[in-house]
Amino acid sequence: MASPTGTAETSPATEPRTPEQTTSKNPVTGTLSWADDRLGLAKVARGGLRKVFPDHWSFLLGEIALYSFVVLLITGVFLTLWFKPSMAEIDYQGSYQLLRGVPMSEAFASTLDISFDVRGGLLVRQIHHWAALLFVAAAMAHMLRVFFTGAFRKPREVNWLIGVGLFMLAMVEGFAGYSLPDDLLSGTGLRFVDGLIRAIPLVGTWLEFFIFNGEFPGTAIVPRLYMVHILLVPAILLGLIAAHLSLVVYHKHTQYPGPGRTERNVVGYPLFPVYMAKAGGFFFVVFGVITLMAAFMQINPVWKYGPYNPSQVTAGSQPDWYMGWLEGAVRIMPNWESHIGHTTWSWNIFFPGVLLMGVLMTSLVAWPFVERWITADNSYHHILDRPRNVPTRTALGVAAMTGYAMFWLSGGNDIIATHFHVSLNAVTYFMRAAVFAAPVIAYHITKRTCISLQRADLQRLEHGSPSGEIVRDPSGRFTEAHAPISRDEAYSLTQQRELPVLEATTGDDGAPVGNGISKRRARLSRWFLGANMAKPTADEIHIEKEAEPSHRAAELDSSESASQPSVEKAGSAH
Amino acid sequence: MRFLSTRRRNPAAKPLLLLLALVLVGSAYALISPSASSSADSNVSSQVAAGKAIFETNCSSCHGMNGEGTSQAPSLAGVGAASVDFQMGSGRMPMARPEAQAPAKATDFTSEEISQVAAYVASLAPGPEIPSSDQYSTAGLTAEQLARGGELFRTNCSACHNIEGRGGALPNGSYAPSLMKTSGKHIYEAMRTGPQQMPVFAKGTMTDQDVKEIIGYLNTTHAQPSDGGFALGGLGPVSEGLWAWVIGIGACVLVAIWLARKGARSR
Repeated sequence: MASPTGTAETSPATEPRTPEQTTSKNPVTGTLSWADDRLGLAKVARGGLRKVFPDHWSFLLGEIALYSFVVLLITGVFLTLWFKPSMAEIDYQGSYQLLRGVPMSEAFASTLDISFDVRGGLLVRQIHHWAALLFVAAAMAHMLRVFFTGAFRKPREVNWLIGVGLFMLAMVEGFAGYSLPDDLLSGTGLRFVDGLIRAIPLVGTWLEFFIFNGEFPGTAIVPRLYMVHILLVPAILLGLIAAHLSLVVYHKHTQYPGPGRTERNVVGYPLFPVYMAKAGGFFFVVFGVITLMAAFMQINPVWKYGPYNPSQVTAGSQPDWYMGWLEGAVRIMPNWESHIGHTTWSWNIFFPGVLLMGVLMTSLVAWPFVERWITADNSYHHILDRPRNVPTRTALGVAAMTGYAMFWLSGGNDIIATHFHVSLNAVTYFMRAAVFAAPVIAYHITKRTCISLQRADLQRLEHGSPSGEIVRDPSGRFTEAHAPISRDEAYSLTQQRELPVLEATTGDDGAPVGNGISKRRARLSRWFLGANMAKPTADEIHIEKEAEPSHRAAELDSSESASQPSVEKAGSAH
Repeated sequence: MRFLSTRRRNPAAKPLLLLLALVLVGSAYALISPSASSSADSNVSSQVAAGKAIFETNCSSCHGMNGEGTSQAPSLAGVGAASVDFQMGSGRMPMARPEAQAPAKATDFTSEEISQVAAYVASLAPGPEIPSSDQYSTAGLTAEQLARGGELFRTNCSACHNIEGRGGALPNGSYAPSLMKTSGKHIYEAMRTGPQQMPVFAKGTMTDQDVKEIIGYLNTTHAQPSDGGFALGGLGPVSEGLWAWVIGIGACVLVAIWLARKGARSR
C-alpha cells in the first residue's frame, strides 16, 4: 500500500492565525466584516483611506490622462463588438449612399457600419477618438508639469522612466488605432510609417516585409495592428499605469513649497472622503467633457475619406496631433539621399523620422540622471521646485517645447499656407530655420525671465509688497510704502534648497584629480546653478509681526482642526 | 471645238487647265462659304465685335491687343469660350493685381458681356466651347454612379482640392481653390480647360459622364448634414488636435483649478 506523499512532518515556520471574530448582526458591518474576514480589507483600507494627497490643479493633469484611459477602455470594448479586423475585399452595401458599391476592406466597411448602422456607434467612435487625443495630450501636459517642478528627482527617477514609457506607448497605441479603420488617412499614415521603417539603414526593407508580411499594404497589417491595439499595448499600458500609481502611493505625493510643508510630510486631505469625492467627481467631469466633445464635434469622418487606395492621397493628410511633429520634421527636411554601392540611404526620412524620435526618447530618459550628475544633488526631494528657481532646467524645457512646436507647426504647413495666404515654400523655408533658432531664443528669454522672477521674489522678501499708498516725506520726496509680507508667504518664497556650484577639484600641483570633479562638470554646474539669486538671510527678510508660534500651534489642535489639511509623515520613503 | 482638240497638246494647256480648275473651285467656295456664314446668326459678328471692344478695354493690357499674349500673360488663341466663361464668370479675370494665382471674386461683368468676350476669344482659334447644361447636369445619377464619382474625385482631384473639396496648398503661393461653392458648369469648364495650376482633363481621359458623376458626388456630399457634429473646418487632424488641446484640456484644467480651490469643509 502506497504511503501518502508530500506531507512534511514539520513545517519550517509558523504564522499565527488571527483569532476568529464575532460576526456583528448589523447588516452593513456584517457584510463588511464578512469581506474583511476573507480578504483582509480592513488593514489595507485603514492606511489607504486615510492616505493624504496635496491639493493643486496641476496634480490633476495625470488624472485627466488616467480617466481618458478608462474612457478608452470602456468605449474600446464597445467598438470591438462590431469592428472586423480583416482586409478581405468586399463591395459596400451599407446605408451610406455615397460609397454604395465601392470595393473596400471589411475593416473599413465595419467602421462605416459602426458609424451609420450601429445604434450609438458614431457617438462611441467619436468618444473613443477624442479620448485618445485627450489621453496623449494630458499625459504630455502631466509630463511637462513633472519636468518643470523637478518631480522626477530622487527618489522618483524610476517613476519618471515609467512615465516616459507610458508616453511612448500611448503614441504607439494611438497610431495603431488611427490605422485600424483602413480609411484613406489610415492608409496614408501607414504608408508614412512604412517609409520610416524602410529608411532604417540596411535592415529597413527586411523590417518592412516582416511587419507588413510582404509588400505594403498587403493583407496582414490591420489584423496585426488590431492585436497590438486591443491586447498587447493596452496590457503593457495597464501594467505600467499600475506600477506608476503604486510608486506614487509608495513615494507619497510631492507638494509645492508652503508653510508647514517639509521634506518629511505631506500636507493635504485624506483619500477618504475628500479625494474619493474629488477624484471620483473629476472622472465624471472628464468623461462628460469628452462625451460633449464627441457629441458636438465631428472627428475623423471616415466616410468622407473613403477606403484606402494606394493611388489616392488627399491634400491635408495629417496624422493625429501627437505624430504631427514627426510629420512636420519630414515635411521640412531637405531631400538628402546617398547611394553607396547598390544601397540607398534615405537621410531625408531617416534623420527627421527615426533619429529625431530617438533623440526625444533618449533625452527624456537621460535627463534625471544628467541633472543629478551636474548638480551632484543626492538628497531626497518631496518639495517641488518652483520653475523660476531652476532657471536653466526651465529654460531647457521651454526650448524643447518651442522646438517641438516648430516641428508641429511644420506638420501643418499646407494648412498654414492656405489659411494665412502665404506661400507654402516660404513657410517651409522659415520653419527650416525656426526649428534651430526659435529654441535658442526661447531658452534665453525664459532664463532671463526666471532670474527676473527670482529678483522680484527677493525684493518682495526684503522690502515687502507695494501697498499702493504714496507717501510724501518731510523733504518732499514721494515714495510708495511697502507692507511687510506674511510669514507664510516668506516661508513659501524661501523654501527652495540652495545647491552649491561645483568647483573643479585640483591636486596640489593644480592638475585635475582622477576621481574628483572635472573642469567640464564644474563648468556645467556653473551653467546650471550659477545664475540663481542667493536667498536672503533671516535679518534681511521683512515680514509682519505675528502671534507667537505656540499660539498658532494651539489653534491647530482646537476643534476646528477638522477643517484643516491633514499632515502625513513621509516615512516610508526615507 | 477644233480649237480645243488641236491645242490640247500645247505645253501651256496643263498649267492653264490647273488654273481654270483653281478658279472654278475658288469661285464655288466663294459662292458657298459666305452663304453659310450669313445663314448663321447674324449677330455673331456683332457679338465678336462687342467682345473685342470689351477685351481691348479690360484684357489687352496683359493679353495683347489681339490676345496674342505678352510677357505678363499667355496667348489666348485656342483657349476657347469655356476658358473665358470660367475665368471671367468666377471673377478670376481680369486680375486685380499680379500675384501667384488669380483669386475667385465677385465679377462686375454681366453674363452677356462675358459671352461676348467668349465669342471674341473663340474667334481667335477654335477651343473648348461653353458646355450645354446637359453636359454637366447631374439629374438622374444613381447612388452607384455618385459613389463612382466619389472614387474619381478622390483619385484625381483630392490630392490638391482636399477630400471634400475645401482646397489645399500648392507651391510658391498658389493653391487649389475651395470647391464648396463652385457651380457644376465651372467645374466642367475648369476640368476641360485646366485653368492656372490645374491640369486639363480632356474628354479622352474623363468623359462627360465621369465629370457629371464627380459634380454629382460633390453636390451630394456638400448638401449632406454633417454627421457627428461640427466639421471643424473639414481640415482633418490638424484642427482636431487643436480643439482637443483647447477645448478638451482647457475645460478639464478649468475644472481641475476649481476642484483644487475647493477645500474640504466638514460643516
